Amino acid sequence: MRIALFLTCLGDALHPEVGRATVTLLERLGHEVVFPTDQTCCGQMHVNTGYQREALPLVRHHVETFEPYDVIVAPSGSCVGCVRHQHAMVARGANDDRLAERAETVASRTYELSELLVDVLGVEDVGAYYPHRVTYHPTCHSLRMLRVADKPLRLLRNVRGMTLLELPESDQCCGFGGTFALKNADTSTAMLADKMRNVLSTGAEVATAGDASCLMHIGGGLSRLRSGTRTVHLAEILASTS
Amino acid sequence: MTTFLGIPAPRGVGHLRGEHSFPDAARGALADSQLRRNLGHATRTIRGKRANVVGELDDWEQLRLAGSALKAATMARLDEHLERLEREVTARGGTVHWARDANEANAIVTRLVQETGASEVVKVKSMATQEIGLNEALEAAGIEAHETDLAELIVQLGGDLPSHILVPAIHRNRAEIREIFLREMPGVDPELTAEPRRLAMAARAHLRERFLRAKVAISGANFAVADTGTLLVVESEGNGRMCLTLPETLITVMGIEKIVPTWQDLEVFLQLLPRSSTGERMNPYTSAWTGVTPGDGPQAFHLVLLDNGRTAVLGDELGRSALHCIKCSACLNVCPVYERTGGHAYGSVYPGPIGAVLSPQLTGVEDNASLPYASSLCGACFDACPVRIDIPSLLVRLRAQHVDEQRKRRVPSAEAIAMAAASWVMSSPRRFAAAEKASRAGRLLGRRTGRIRTLPPPLSAWTASRDVPRPPAETFREWWARERGGAG
Repeated sequence: MRIALFLTCLGDALHPEVGRATVTLLERLGHEVVFPTDQTCCGQMHVNTGYQREALPLVRHHVETFEPYDVIVAPSGSCVGCVRHQHAMVARGANDDRLAERAETVASRTYELSELLVDVLGVEDVGAYYPHRVTYHPTCHSLRMLRVADKPLRLLRNVRGMTLLELPESDQCCGFGGTFALKNADTSTAMLADKMRNVLSTGAEVATAGDASCLMHIGGGLSRLRSGTRTVHLAEILASTS
Repeated sequence: MTTFLGIPAPRGVGHLRGEHSFPDAARGALADSQLRRNLGHATRTIRGKRANVVGELDDWEQLRLAGSALKAATMARLDEHLERLEREVTARGGTVHWARDANEANAIVTRLVQETGASEVVKVKSMATQEIGLNEALEAAGIEAHETDLAELIVQLGGDLPSHILVPAIHRNRAEIREIFLREMPGVDPELTAEPRRLAMAARAHLRERFLRAKVAISGANFAVADTGTLLVVESEGNGRMCLTLPETLITVMGIEKIVPTWQDLEVFLQLLPRSSTGERMNPYTSAWTGVTPGDGPQAFHLVLLDNGRTAVLGDELGRSALHCIKCSACLNVCPVYERTGGHAYGSVYPGPIGAVLSPQLTGVEDNASLPYASSLCGACFDACPVRIDIPSLLVRLRAQHVDEQRKRRVPSAEAIAMAAASWVMSSPRRFAAAEKASRAGRLLGRRTGRIRTLPPPLSAWTASRDVPRPPAETFREWWARERGGAG
């Protein structure tokens, strides 16, 4: 299958390893990956902070960039959530119904990584090997906007050599929330502290999730604590074979 | 109601606006470890109870859909249902009063109490009277209002404000309650301990005296059935039953959104409410009354129908779903922000996620501009809401309304400038790639550790507690161009 990779702005600029892992993984499974180089950002930060007018050119650009592709994947629950639930809304808010329809078409072809693997490609064992103790945080938008349910866990359970540790209170938000982390920094930090306590209680070496942004938050806190526990994106674990 | 009112709740009266912005008000609560423990323990306990009783029902999702559909249908013809309610209440010997806002409602209730000659009233928990600041208005007229719900009593004696819809004194622990009782309760046993049973008995003795003395009661309402003009209050302690039956005059203050057209509609809500609220299959007391009945219960009944910003909310096709709320507090108990900050940080009598969408709509968004941002948009509130109010989407919508208001007022905030700049950069791949290259200067930071520990404001809010990853030596698009020749 020919799959267009939507890496997200954060993935491109700060976490290229997540993109490289997604490419490695999908190619290993026998698919062709293309990277539409015009892509930038889905506009989630703008929409969620209230800047819908500023989000509009980003929505239009995203739709134009990804319209030619039949299957699109992003290693990010929240960016797929934005594409699926907010792009058409932004277009309609600007009275551009034609753009809204095009956005809906692109959204219907866009999948979060675990959805693509399990629902579209029908794979639960991606042949990965990752000899570490790992705990999984289901990010809020994957869990509640996309309803990926246990798809990431089904994939992780088939990774050889790995010990999967259950995260207490896993469905609690890590406190990132985009600009929430800046606007309500104290509350965000209190939420992060509880998330880190739960992660550390598992004794895991690695905390993983399907969103680079939440991992940047949790990882930023764990690093500050010098906890010795790292964050690694789900795509990197699934791509790993040694 | 033939006139569209559509005015926000007035300033200077009632409890819909806080003095401080949410982040400022939250700071104290976040630093209070006892409060954090009280809240964490209480919300976790109620969450668990709710999950158990909701899990017992096979048709919970269908019930939620039914509740949501019934509310939407009722709101679409609210004027007709309210007129029906007025006719039916009047036909059964009650009197209906229409209050445009808090000031009018307070004036009506004060006049009604004064006409009875009473100088004190008993009250059964009512969010609406908290919203309009009725107790303060009565006090100004020389009328003492006694709260009879245990938690409300604790809040009132403590000179405090409620911090939770269901458990208004959730922020107080047993030792604090004992101290409040010893200090404020006339004739209390000086040997009183912090044992819950002893505390409850002290409150009971205190309240019993007031119930038997009271000539006037003021209540809220959980529901009003338009078909028969019946009002309902659900509660757990029996104080409501006492207020609703013993006094000679009963005055009910009710937000106009509390109406349901028929008794059949109640079947859905009386299942949804107790399970979502107290985590019980059924609430211990459900009291219903219709007009007046000679020789039985209050012989005078007044219903005050309160707008106070509600028709303004109703005028917004999407925003009006906030009025579907049945005040169960399920969203508070699952909200990670509420759990850590408590209710007072929201500044309004309606705290938590529903308060963050309802209060700014009732007052106009600029009067509560920090509330729509008091959420990480994690979505737990939407999943818990028994009538499926899409709170995260409403929050995003209110944020957009706030930003648009700022635009209109030409307030050039640093944030607005940054957002516009980011939009300009991100809408062009060439500009985005250039910005990525520029951000590589960030690699100069954190050279030794691979992590950046301090950034200038406003990003210092991030680095106060979190490191930032060092920008990579090569972005993904550069890697792709190098490896795959840049072909799309």
